[in-house]
Amino acid sequence: MDLDIALILGQDGITSGAIYALLALCILLVFTVTRILLIPLGEFSVFGALTLASIQAGTPSRIVWLLVVFFAFQLMLDLYAGFRNKTPFHLRSHILWAIYIGLVVGAMYFLPLASLPMLIQVLLALAVITPLGPQIYRLFFQPLVAAKSLVLLIVSIAVHVALVGIGLLVFGPDGAQTQPFSEAVYQWGNLAVNSQTLYIIAAFFSMILVLWYFFGKTLYGKALRATAVNRVGAQLMGISPIFAGKITFAMAAFMGAFAGILIAPITTLYYDSGFIISLKGFVGAIIGGLASFPVAAAGSVAVGIIEAFSMFWASDYKEIIVFTLIIPFLLWKSLTSRHIEEDHE
Amino acid sequence: MKSKYLFVGFAALMALSPLILPAYQVTLLNYIGLNALVVLGLVLLTGVGGMTSFGQAALVGIGAYSTAYLTVTEQLPQFLMWTGGSPWAGLLLGIVLTVISAFLVGGLTLKLSGHYLPLGTIAWGISLYYFFSTIESLGGHSGISNIPSISIASYALDTSNKMFYLIWLILFVAIILTKNILNSREGRAIRALKGGQVMAESMGVNTFRSKMVVFVISSVFASISGWLYAHNQSFINPTPFGLQMGIDYLFMALLGGVGSIWGAIFGAGIFTMLRQWLQDLMPVIFGNDGQYETIVFGLMIVLLMQKAPSGLWPMLVKLVPPRFKANDLHTELTEPTQALPAGDLPPKGTLILEAKNVTKKFGGLVANNNMNLKIHAGEILALIGPNGAGKSTMFNQLSGVDVPTSGEVIFLGEKINGMLSREIAKKGLSRTFQHVKILPEMTVLENVVIGAHLRGKKGVWASLFRLDREEENNLLNEAKFQLERVGLGDYLYTEAGNLALGQQRILEIARALCAHPSLLLLDEPAAGLRLKEKQALAELLMKLKAEGMATLLVEHDMDFVMNLVDHVVVMEFGEKIAEGLPEDIQKNEAVLEAYLGGAA
Repeated sequence: MDLDIALILGQDGITSGAIYALLALCILLVFTVTRILLIPLGEFSVFGALTLASIQAGTPSRIVWLLVVFFAFQLMLDLYAGFRNKTPFHLRSHILWAIYIGLVVGAMYFLPLASLPMLIQVLLALAVITPLGPQIYRLFFQPLVAAKSLVLLIVSIAVHVALVGIGLLVFGPDGAQTQPFSEAVYQWGNLAVNSQTLYIIAAFFSMILVLWYFFGKTLYGKALRATAVNRVGAQLMGISPIFAGKITFAMAAFMGAFAGILIAPITTLYYDSGFIISLKGFVGAIIGGLASFPVAAAGSVAVGIIEAFSMFWASDYKEIIVFTLIIPFLLWKSLTSRHIEEDHE
Repeated sequence: MKSKYLFVGFAALMALSPLILPAYQVTLLNYIGLNALVVLGLVLLTGVGGMTSFGQAALVGIGAYSTAYLTVTEQLPQFLMWTGGSPWAGLLLGIVLTVISAFLVGGLTLKLSGHYLPLGTIAWGISLYYFFSTIESLGGHSGISNIPSISIASYALDTSNKMFYLIWLILFVAIILTKNILNSREGRAIRALKGGQVMAESMGVNTFRSKMVVFVISSVFASISGWLYAHNQSFINPTPFGLQMGIDYLFMALLGGVGSIWGAIFGAGIFTMLRQWLQDLMPVIFGNDGQYETIVFGLMIVLLMQKAPSGLWPMLVKLVPPRFKANDLHTELTEPTQALPAGDLPPKGTLILEAKNVTKKFGGLVANNNMNLKIHAGEILALIGPNGAGKSTMFNQLSGVDVPTSGEVIFLGEKINGMLSREIAKKGLSRTFQHVKILPEMTVLENVVIGAHLRGKKGVWASLFRLDREEENNLLNEAKFQLERVGLGDYLYTEAGNLALGQQRILEIARALCAHPSLLLLDEPAAGLRLKEKQALAELLMKLKAEGMATLLVEHDMDFVMNLVDHVVVMEFGEKIAEGLPEDIQKNEAVLEAYLGGAA
């Protein structure tokens, strides 16, 4: 291996590492606020990417009908709950939801999709995928808000399994790649830097900045942080854990889809590619001890770089190498833990 | 009806089925049996032990690939030559490799809290899948074919019907072994893993070891299933050992009911049949091939978790008329053959426990400052003080739950701070908890007998083959004796969760006594007790004192304390402010000031 190859591999590694880091952040965010390990995160990425691909191909994506179906169930459940437990039925919020979904469906079927500017295409794809987050939370996780974390994990896996099937139904078995944001390549000494790489890194840092602002400076962000630190305490202060869950899931769906859109130009994604991608985010999150955001981000970048280099040296064993990365961490954690922990349920 | 008859009836029914059913159904039953064997392991692991694994399919793969490699490869490496490529050697190799990998994965994750094991098993499952697909000598993606059938004394099991008997025989043996282990000393330690680890450790149970035991057992079940699968199919490739299948196994367990053995079999049955049916039906609906059944299964599991997290089997059992239900769930007690081993208590007046300058700091907060106290055999010492005085912290330092920042805790002449609580338990210290820690779904008797864990010796092997019955009976009798002694003799087979809070506290005392301790640490034993119960408790403690036991209690109820104890230590703001006889303490000015805020 010479320096040129190392530079190329390093660039690849940092690119995918930044993506994994975004996903690791999502995973930690959702985990700390709701105790849910969001296994279906990868599906948001794939759905985002494939939706964008079909928009660019000029065909309306059937994924919007998933929004409609989810909305119908949501409506039925809320009506039923209102009827049975006399809980207030929020008519206004349902009307807003209906209008929003109507707009998205309309946009998908009536706009000249293929000829829209790239930015609008991306925004449309994000607008379609983001609401899936709160919808999934409402339908699958909200009834389990008080459940044991083991149950939440199982439901998370079940939702992942169902979404992969739905992905096949909606997008079909063919893979897709989207157009790059720009074709430009910058020469920098020996190193040719793809503009897509720069976009990804820029997106990564701006996302960090946005998150930092959201959690540090806004009331909603602080509410989520409070929920993460102490759920019951936050609830007593009037922060509904359900509300926190929906917001978090919306953010996760948005960031997940965004991550998918960022890598779609450089990798071909299939309906079932999401799992492996999000698992690499999980490796990063585990390295961060399921608690520390900066360590998780650093760990994810390391995952990306190691993956790129092992692709070069031992491509057959790439996945094995990546997933065994958690071993030293687990070993360290295992050796330093002395206390018997009761699983908090 | 006795559970034995139900079991034999079911086994007989299964034995007849290949004679009646068409070949296709028998094949399906074979798959059900293979799956059920893996799911049985998951019942132990997830339902009983509270741990989740998505990696069982990979372990099945180890079993299958080991035997396939051994029986098909023409040029075996030197060290495997002696096996002669026999399927039985394949079984052995598979089990050995599985146990090794279970130790590796378990050793890495089982000490950590809840989420690391499932995530670790996912990573493990995926890695192993890629491993199977890339290794050339394992056939890569196309797998290994022409695996010979198993023969027993040159009788080849070369048809589905013949394999049926082997598969279900092994499954039934596995069920019996599982039942045996659950119903034993080791089994109780395993059952305590779900929600009672701190308690179990303080009763001397090595919870890590218990976790490892269930993890290894469930892995071996998976491995044997893989062995059977390989010889049943005569062809394997990596697909059925991927993560998807690992998830499916867990779904089977959940569907039937992960808490019960029969639920597992039932779950494996309906899942396998439903999958077959959906794989036929879904393409007809959607018009093209694809794994659409995952949508149905995914949604089904979500719904199940929301509406009936304990699965379908318990619902089914409710429908069965009582006449046909097993009614012999509790081990019958017979006369004990011998008293449990019990060391002599130290003679009265011996110094049992001494705290020397114990200080505990939480950051800047000094919760205990230079605390000194002594307890002698045959003495009851009370540690009292207003709320927030640091009594519970002190209690934790003494019982090994926490480690003092500085100072020493000496128990029977040996420094115990820094020791694990199960090591301290071995030395003869037993305790109760301020917030009761019981296992609500187990009976009162089973809860209490955990206290006698260290007084039994029989391990996993003895329990598997029921060689522990005599000792088990003795242990149960000891627990019964202690329960009668504390006045819970009428509740032996009540679910512990159904007792009133006061009774649960008494249960904890009985459990602590089962360990035959030389020092009893009681954390607010009288809280939640009615007057009569308090009197009974006081009487019991006096009796224990007369037998030479040393007791330390933290208590708020002054009437209870002052009439009972020999010695009082009063704490405020983490420091000892007074010490002495109850009468003197009641007149002590510093104490009055602490409690009443100013000299009265």
